[in-house]
Amino acid sequence: MKKSGAEILIECLKREGVKYIFGYPGGVILNIFDILYDDKDIKVILTRHEQGAVHAADGYARATGKVGVVLVTSGPGATNTVTGIATASMDSIPLVVFSGQVPTMLIGNDAFQEADIVGITRPCTKHNYLVKDVRDLARIVREAFHIASTGRPGPVLVDLPKDVTTGVTEFEWPEEIHIRGYNPTYHGNKWMIRQAAEMIVKAKKPVIMAGGGVIHSGASKEVRELAEMTKIPVTMTLMGLGGFPGTHRLSLGMLGMHGTYYANTAVQNSDLIIGIGVRFDDRVTGRTADFAPHAKIIQIDIDPSSIRKNVRVDLPIVGDVKNVLREMIKILKEKKGQWAAVRNAWLKQIEKWKKERPLTYKYDDKIIKPEFVIEKIYELTKGNAIITTEVGQNQMWTAQYYKFDQPRKLLTSGGLGTMGYGFPAAIGAQIACPDAVVIDIAGDGSIQMNIQELATAVVNKLPVKVAILNNRYLGMVRQWQELFFRERYSYVHLDVVPDFVKLAEAYGAVGMRATRPDEVEPVIKEALKIKDRPVLMDFIVDWKEKVFPMVPAGASIDEMIFEEEEEKPEKKLKAVK
Amino acid sequence: MRHTISVLVENRFGVLARVAGLFSGRGFNIESLSVGETIDPSVSLMTIVTTGDDQIIEQITKQLNKLIDVIKVVDFMDIDHVEREMVLIKVAPKKNDKLEFLKLAEIFRGRIVDSGPTTFTVEVTGDEKKIAAFIELVKPFGIKEFVRTGKVAIAREGIKKK
Repeated sequence: MKKSGAEILIECLKREGVKYIFGYPGGVILNIFDILYDDKDIKVILTRHEQGAVHAADGYARATGKVGVVLVTSGPGATNTVTGIATASMDSIPLVVFSGQVPTMLIGNDAFQEADIVGITRPCTKHNYLVKDVRDLARIVREAFHIASTGRPGPVLVDLPKDVTTGVTEFEWPEEIHIRGYNPTYHGNKWMIRQAAEMIVKAKKPVIMAGGGVIHSGASKEVRELAEMTKIPVTMTLMGLGGFPGTHRLSLGMLGMHGTYYANTAVQNSDLIIGIGVRFDDRVTGRTADFAPHAKIIQIDIDPSSIRKNVRVDLPIVGDVKNVLREMIKILKEKKGQWAAVRNAWLKQIEKWKKERPLTYKYDDKIIKPEFVIEKIYELTKGNAIITTEVGQNQMWTAQYYKFDQPRKLLTSGGLGTMGYGFPAAIGAQIACPDAVVIDIAGDGSIQMNIQELATAVVNKLPVKVAILNNRYLGMVRQWQELFFRERYSYVHLDVVPDFVKLAEAYGAVGMRATRPDEVEPVIKEALKIKDRPVLMDFIVDWKEKVFPMVPAGASIDEMIFEEEEEKPEKKLKAVK
Repeated sequence: MRHTISVLVENRFGVLARVAGLFSGRGFNIESLSVGETIDPSVSLMTIVTTGDDQIIEQITKQLNKLIDVIKVVDFMDIDHVEREMVLIKVAPKKNDKLEFLKLAEIFRGRIVDSGPTTFTVEVTGDEKKIAAFIELVKPFGIKEFVRTGKVAIAREGIKKK
């Protein structure tokens, strides 16, 4: 049967199982929105900004593991998606973004609302397409979903000129696709896996480092099995939180710049690092020359280009983390090691480090400490909420004080570090998981970067909660200025912060405020009761509070600054300069 | 180390931009590049010459492989191969030097492809060293301009690791 490009697109989306599109209409994309107007199977979530649409689709994808879908118009509609696409690209999130484009005959003419979005997004997509002929459309849509969701996932952009959406052709659904330049390696090399198992057997002080790849691959069960069987402690990167239970006795929590003392110390003293789905980002390794100086490093990753990109690797294994771990566990089981006896000394040492310097902050009964808010949220949601964050102090305190026991519960922009990510991502997650408690932990700076999405949440009756840790500052930048720039607070004081309670009410949401520690719990409890509207919780927190421990940029990860010595960080900082 | 890398790609618009962007986005330089169709018209072959330490070259080949439109990547570093480049040089020798210049061109198996009242254009093919030597020797005669194709490479039959 003959169909128009717009009809073909929607038919393809249905066959890909798409239920929601996050989008914003405009001139050249109208033919597609026209079909969606009376479509029963696909619902469009109209955001208030295209950036919000991409982050929402990203939140939807992170919460479910499915591909998030975005539909926007050409020119500014398309360019507004770039930050969202780059965010997804850095964190390997499967998205397919459809952008409108001016008619093919006008491309390159500086037509109204024309932007070379394929050129602009080339470095921040896994792949992108300009569809020049309606007969290629079905194949390209199929390929786009395939590429986005397989291998190391990532965003794919498909640019749709207006005449392609109106062009008519015979619709053929390609059952099979073959892309000759794209064949991800799913099964690790068996010999290498055997070698890795040998190294694990020989190691006296091993540490597992679990990253975002564990979540994408759905391998948290395997990581847990490996850790429990071989009695190896597990530290996680920001992207890996939830990949191994944060409350498990083998958990060291997060490592890196704001990692725990015991995670960083364990890594620096270990003799074997088993990196699982991690790229050894600079926020994790600190000064790479001094990273894990006594350790051999095993790196398991599906993306060959991630291997040896940042640190030396003694044994690389390219493959899907889940498959590789299964194989490795099988081999290790045969070894029937006396793991408990072998690890006894190492685990005791780690317990000592844990007791020596646990994560702490000074509670105050007059002024709200931001860490206290997060502890309360953790307690009152029993650790079961889906938490999104913005970027900065709010993000790091969340990573430290909310213990994630399950994967896909922390949605945060780890790689790109995008302020304004958390709130739209929470909207996407709430749409994907209508019964879940979804909370965006925000700062007063970040929340203002996509505050317009309050309207989206109100219209769709989404009970998304936003906990604003309101310190009237761009807190993380202020912290750096305090510690490293002689307290010269250059352009970080927000001075006029809107009255978030009134702002919420203006949008038709609920606004609440806590100014004293004893008000924190009642506000959260009240917010959790609201099921039909978004809630903004404005927590007026201590503006002086800083995130500790902290490894200064460029230092080794055992050169940490702690709260009690914050008066004199110079001693530690010498190493940096 | 200088590497000659051959990249088999889909013959589609935008592929060259992807490959070039991969280099520019990481601050790697392309020293020479040549592109042409292969026996299969849906496939093009790019020959890229670039310089970098082992880690950079490893990243380059891995990142190239990661591009969806790239089908195959071969680094000729450890492969016995033949390399050729062509140069067209326009020279304006003085009257008395003309014969000597033509002899020199002959020694390099150059072909005169154009001549004017005061200039000769000579075509020379060879590996990098030969081209460099020829340019060096021609310089005193007065080079007006020259243009190089960039290197192409092909593996020798019976590929052996060095």
